[in-house]
Amino acid sequence: MPIKMRLFAAAQEIWRYRLSYLFIAPFVISFGIFIFIPVLAAMGLSFTAFNGMEAPRWVGWKHYEYLFSQDSLFLQYALPNTVKFAVIVGPGGYIASFVLAWLLAQLPDRARLWYVLAFYAPSLAGGVAMSIIWIPLLSGDRIGYLNSFLLGIGFIDEPRLWVLDKKYLMNSMISVTLWSSMGIGFLAMLAGILNVDKTLHEAGRVDGIRSRLQEVWLITIPSMKPQMLFAAVMAIVGAFKAGHIGVELSGQNPTPQYAGHLLVNHVEDYGLIRFEMGYASAVSVVLLVIIFLANRLSWKLFGAKEDEA
Amino acid sequence: MNRLGWNLREAAALRRRASLLLGWDRGQIWIAAMLLLLGIFMLLPLIYIFNHALKPYSELFIFPPNILVMDPTWANFTELFVVTRDSAIPASRYMFNSIAIAVIATLAVTIVSALCAYPLAKHKFPGANALFFVIIVSLMFVPETMQIPRYVVVSSLGITNTFWAHILPHVAAPVSVFLMKQFMDQVPNELIEAAKLDGAREAMIFLRIVMPVCMPAVATVAILQFQNIWGNTETSILFTTDDSMKTFPYFLQTLTQNLANSVARQGAAAAASLVMIVPTLLVFLVFQRKVIATMAHSGIK
Repeated sequence: MPIKMRLFAAAQEIWRYRLSYLFIAPFVISFGIFIFIPVLAAMGLSFTAFNGMEAPRWVGWKHYEYLFSQDSLFLQYALPNTVKFAVIVGPGGYIASFVLAWLLAQLPDRARLWYVLAFYAPSLAGGVAMSIIWIPLLSGDRIGYLNSFLLGIGFIDEPRLWVLDKKYLMNSMISVTLWSSMGIGFLAMLAGILNVDKTLHEAGRVDGIRSRLQEVWLITIPSMKPQMLFAAVMAIVGAFKAGHIGVELSGQNPTPQYAGHLLVNHVEDYGLIRFEMGYASAVSVVLLVIIFLANRLSWKLFGAKEDEA
Repeated sequence: MNRLGWNLREAAALRRRASLLLGWDRGQIWIAAMLLLLGIFMLLPLIYIFNHALKPYSELFIFPPNILVMDPTWANFTELFVVTRDSAIPASRYMFNSIAIAVIATLAVTIVSALCAYPLAKHKFPGANALFFVIIVSLMFVPETMQIPRYVVVSSLGITNTFWAHILPHVAAPVSVFLMKQFMDQVPNELIEAAKLDGAREAMIFLRIVMPVCMPAVATVAILQFQNIWGNTETSILFTTDDSMKTFPYFLQTLTQNLANSVARQGAAAAASLVMIVPTLLVFLVFQRKVIATMAHSGIK
């Protein structure tokens, strides 16, 4: 009985690893209950009309058809805006995090803590930072810091509406997000760089590595591959899942002429304002697919072989 | 000797003296100087929050705002406590809830994530790749659409209005497992094999070898999760109806809601933002110091 034999072998294999399963059990149980089931349920809801109160009604692929054929907000604004935002913010934030983490790693221990604090401060302060630093800076009247500075040096003749004009809103959103992009990936990369064995650098020097740049490329990056991968996934996920920034900057929801309308805004618009949870779920499933494909693409580009998502 | 030559020589002497004083080499001084301005710019929100909480009403409304306070006062903190005196439930109760939840949940997340990450990185058990894949994909789903299913799950477990409702939803953190797994990948297999030959059990290997080497990851996870759980208002809004079970950030949110256009309580709001940030700041400093200190001593690689 080959099938029976195979089943037996599989069971034996699983029994051999019983300790591993014991280790992962607490996580798997809570993950299953609080994340996996809700995500599956939300995916299921994307095939229904559901307003959060009445029982969901099955509608099949209707939401997806509508999304790709008729939802002009999605096709004209949310999708292109999100792609543009993510393509600049994802790689930009990733590179900036690495460069800063590397520079900070060169500093002596005692000073480093305070520098790290400074660069992580925007993430620590969260939304507060936005409203108190950027809104006055980008304010559209003459006394907004940026306007008064540019007027002062004669670069522009009249104040620009940095966060209310659809021409500038997206660029403002991108700059502000890059400023606050030293988040989780930054901490992971910093820890990764500091973790690189110092003797490797000495060995490299003996083997004829001369410039710092060569050292980064040939020693630092290869020996912190796991952290680079983590930071890359988080950068992609973060860039696509951003959504509050445009609303916070412009103070309007939806943003002026939908110039800063991102996919997450679209989800919130339908889910939390119009109470069309089914449709909102469909949009978030599409977003999930987009992020997934973006991850795939980036790993193909970087040529990572295993562990990719 | 021309002026420029003198200046250059003076500058070189100055640099030498500075590097002798601090014990830094020249590259380090260059980097530190370069990053100083940028660092101060990045630090602005924290400086602002600290100063803002000390501003009297006459300074709170200046536009564009001043970063630094000119005439510091403690009035905002007294206002915060006067406002909270009228509420049925004392602010100390919210504070207690928040601290208990944040500490317990952070501990739980860190332990559970480390436990899960170890076999994922070091045992190739059947299903490991599938589990890792599911964990990563789950990072990509928009949380807003999960709210209703999550509420249904929590209420059908019958844990609404308990501490469990605040703690359990945080315990499974895909980000933390992912981060720890990446660090554990770097622990050399030879080290684990050697320990096994010496007769160490799995639990021993995990506690004595893998965990110490991965302390930077543990500290980073603790920082991220504490920050996340401390500021979280979702569990208070969705999973509790009893006021005495809600948390401090939720309470502050009710205090400061709709403040954009009103003058009243702006002082309390400014003080509240400082109260909110101080614990995360302390946790950050303590654990980030640990990241840096552990690095200096870890030679096992």
